[in-house]
Amino acid sequence: MSVAAMRLVIAVAVVLVAAAPFYLAPFTITLMNYIGIYGLVALGLVLMTGVGGMVSFGQAAFMGIAAYSTAWLSAVMGYSPWLGLLLALALTSLVAAVLGAVTLRLRGHFLSLSTIAWGLAIYFTFGNIPGLGNFNGITSVPPVAVGPVKLLASDQIYYLIWLVVLLAMLLAHNMLASRVGRAMRSLRGGNPMVESLGIDAFRIRLATFVIAALLAALAGWLYAHMSRFVSPTPFDVTMGIEFLMMAMVGGSGYLLGAIVGAALITLLKNSVQDYLPLIAPSASGQLEIVVFSALFILFLQHAREGIVPFVARFLPETRRRPPPAAEPLPRRRQPDAGQVLLDVEGCSRRFGGLMAVNDVSFELRSGEILGLIGPNGAGKSTMFNLVTGALPVSAGKIVFAGADITKTTQRKIARAGIARTFQHVKLRPRMTLLDNVLLGTYSRTRSGFLAGALNLDAHEERQAYYEAIRQLQRVGLGERPYELAGNLPLGNQRVLEIARALAADPVLLVLDEPAAGLRRQEKLALAALLRNLKAEGLTILIVEHDMDFVMNLVDRIVVMEFGCKLCEGAPAEVRVDPRVQEAYLGGVA
Amino acid sequence: MTPEIAAFLTIDGVATGAIYVLIALGFVLIFAVTRVIFVPFGDIAAFTALTLAALETKHLPGTVGLVAALAALASLMEIVKLLRSRRAGAIPRALLFYLVLPLVPVAAVWATAGTLLPLPLRIVLALALILPIAPLLDRVVYRPIADGTVLLLLTVSVALHFALVGLGLLFFGPEGVRTESLTDYTLILGGVPISGQSILIVAAAIIFSGILFLFFEFTIIGKSLHATAVNRTGARLMGIRPERSGTIAYLFGSLLAGVSGILISPVNTIFYDSGFLIGLKAFVGAIIGGLVSFPVTAIGSLFVGVLESFAAFQSSSFKEVIVFSILIPVLLWRSYSFAHSEEDIDE
Repeated sequence: MSVAAMRLVIAVAVVLVAAAPFYLAPFTITLMNYIGIYGLVALGLVLMTGVGGMVSFGQAAFMGIAAYSTAWLSAVMGYSPWLGLLLALALTSLVAAVLGAVTLRLRGHFLSLSTIAWGLAIYFTFGNIPGLGNFNGITSVPPVAVGPVKLLASDQIYYLIWLVVLLAMLLAHNMLASRVGRAMRSLRGGNPMVESLGIDAFRIRLATFVIAALLAALAGWLYAHMSRFVSPTPFDVTMGIEFLMMAMVGGSGYLLGAIVGAALITLLKNSVQDYLPLIAPSASGQLEIVVFSALFILFLQHAREGIVPFVARFLPETRRRPPPAAEPLPRRRQPDAGQVLLDVEGCSRRFGGLMAVNDVSFELRSGEILGLIGPNGAGKSTMFNLVTGALPVSAGKIVFAGADITKTTQRKIARAGIARTFQHVKLRPRMTLLDNVLLGTYSRTRSGFLAGALNLDAHEERQAYYEAIRQLQRVGLGERPYELAGNLPLGNQRVLEIARALAADPVLLVLDEPAAGLRRQEKLALAALLRNLKAEGLTILIVEHDMDFVMNLVDRIVVMEFGCKLCEGAPAEVRVDPRVQEAYLGGVA
Repeated sequence: MTPEIAAFLTIDGVATGAIYVLIALGFVLIFAVTRVIFVPFGDIAAFTALTLAALETKHLPGTVGLVAALAALASLMEIVKLLRSRRAGAIPRALLFYLVLPLVPVAAVWATAGTLLPLPLRIVLALALILPIAPLLDRVVYRPIADGTVLLLLTVSVALHFALVGLGLLFFGPEGVRTESLTDYTLILGGVPISGQSILIVAAAIIFSGILFLFFEFTIIGKSLHATAVNRTGARLMGIRPERSGTIAYLFGSLLAGVSGILISPVNTIFYDSGFLIGLKAFVGAIIGGLVSFPVTAIGSLFVGVLESFAAFQSSSFKEVIVFSILIPVLLWRSYSFAHSEEDIDE
């Protein structure tokens, strides 16, 4: 399917939604209103859970905060619902920011558990404040007025609700495709890679969390002025899990999944309410929740992906052209060749009683390729993690380009110009090659959430795309930029990591066993690429097991054994050093 | 607040906290072995109280139907699984474990329905009836996704809790119960009365924490449970069956929940849905212990109990809000002291 055909489908869908009050029964329109409102909350969950990997059971509470804010301001204090919207958004984002700041550093399940707890706390708070009508709630909430028109009837507020839904979908779609959106999508799968690209994972998480809360707040505001009544019950944790259910059933990685899920669950609930009394007249209320929970469990056991991805499999693929040429992104000035770029002075790293790295010193001059070798367990990878800031140093000092980076975070080190690859490849298998490499440009670009959502970042995006495709072509993966990274064989995944590192325009490239898993031809190509990079003035530090590869590539070698530096020198010197031979081949018995 | 009131509140809080200790230890035990955050755990405690109350009033407890239904479902799933993998020979053994054993207490309760048994026997029956629930739920709900992420298992747990609350209402009805008190003894210590019930609760908490500690430190089953917790695949390679470890953890955990349900029901009125709040407060304790440490969990749960008791005195309507809000500073503390914990790899 081409992009034009896609646009046509979307246009038809919008027209169908807009014309709905003319061909659907009033009751169906009421249902549609609920679907729209719930869909908004579910959309937030799709961003949070499906994209960002954070599961929340507490979205109903955010919806509640917003609904109560606007109900209090408009029904009790007598101000306009539009002011209520401002208060709702402000209060919800404040609460979300505080809760997020506290919980988002924790492992996923702690976050989710705490969402249950504060979801309940907020629920009980509503029920116990006399000014908010205790558990009876606030009645006679005024309708929203657009100019002189009061949106009283359900087919009037319908337009407001679905306008908000469509706008929210559009903005979310733009945002996901933008620089920060890619960072959001890269959150699932762990922090080390994210931070190594100079992305502040916590900040992205927090922003995602607040955005999800704001979507819930919009829903809460619409809900309060649609039903004209708020009480604590609709914002209970039970509702929280229903929202989660909608997002997951729809397909939690897909924006459209939110609406599909909301529609399905709302309609299903409606028909369950119709039919259960026929089966069990006395106990239909409690059976409803049993049936729903059981269905949800079955769904999680057997079809975790959700409906939208299932359907999408049968749709023709969208054809996309490779990104066009654009003005290149500004580059960093490479330091003059021959000066000390990285200076490791007496670095140690202790893990409990084990000295993984013990008083190691070496220098790296700009423009050279330095190999770090040693037998298994020599502490090479630990040394590597110390240089890139992935692990804190126990003792010693590391200076990079004249600045002390001993205590600098991994993220800032990355931004200072050290790009790395990983021994165990860390890519995002469900993102395309292009997107994976685009992640590398994160630290060179600056558009934020708003610019992404409003498409104000087009120029910078074109530059970033061009940079990414160039790096892909450079490493020999430019043929199919829209392939998923997970489909590549391991060797190519390693090369893709190098392309990602290059997209960051580094001063120092740090490669952890780049030749592992490559075939001979691929190794030759990799060596040629690295020599090219060196010729361009890039400095490279490389940990490698493949002696052939190292000896023919590097300028100098540092040998490590048992955490200590054994010796250093040119490849030819190191090769004949008796200590190195003993370390690798064992002593003469 | 006078010192007497403070002392009274503290004692009351410690007794409540001891209940949370029992449940929180169960949470940590089950989580450590199966990675399941067993949200319906509080429901198990509440169901035990409701069962005991039914036995007291010579009614047939709703648990009978619940266990029978779960046993039937689990047996059915097991049979289908065995037939599919062409191991029909293993069916009798599976039926023994998934159908016959759980139905033994059901039959016993059925047979004695209508007669008022002595209290100790009622307690034993109630516990025996409650014990199969969690292992059966494990078979039906969790085992098909045992290798899923913690988050997936948690989501399933939350859904399961709602299913159980619905079933609880169906099987037990909406009435609250309060069971006969276990002892009338009252100790006067420095002018402050301490009820025998509170002493029993605290004693039970101490005894069970002790057993748990000894079990993990000194028995081979305890060690195999621990091994399963650390690495399922690794444990399997060592000849440990993770499924069996899970069942043991659920059984022991249910015992803890059952005991706490029996201890709490003479003091508090228990409804079909009381379990959630009790469980969630125990959770706060378990989270203080990071879902790993048994001793810190015990201390954390006691703290939650005392906090709740003082909060109820200050403002009874905001007691729940205060207890759950304590999670925020706790999580803040944990997030800064354990900031470098590896993320769940979930891709």
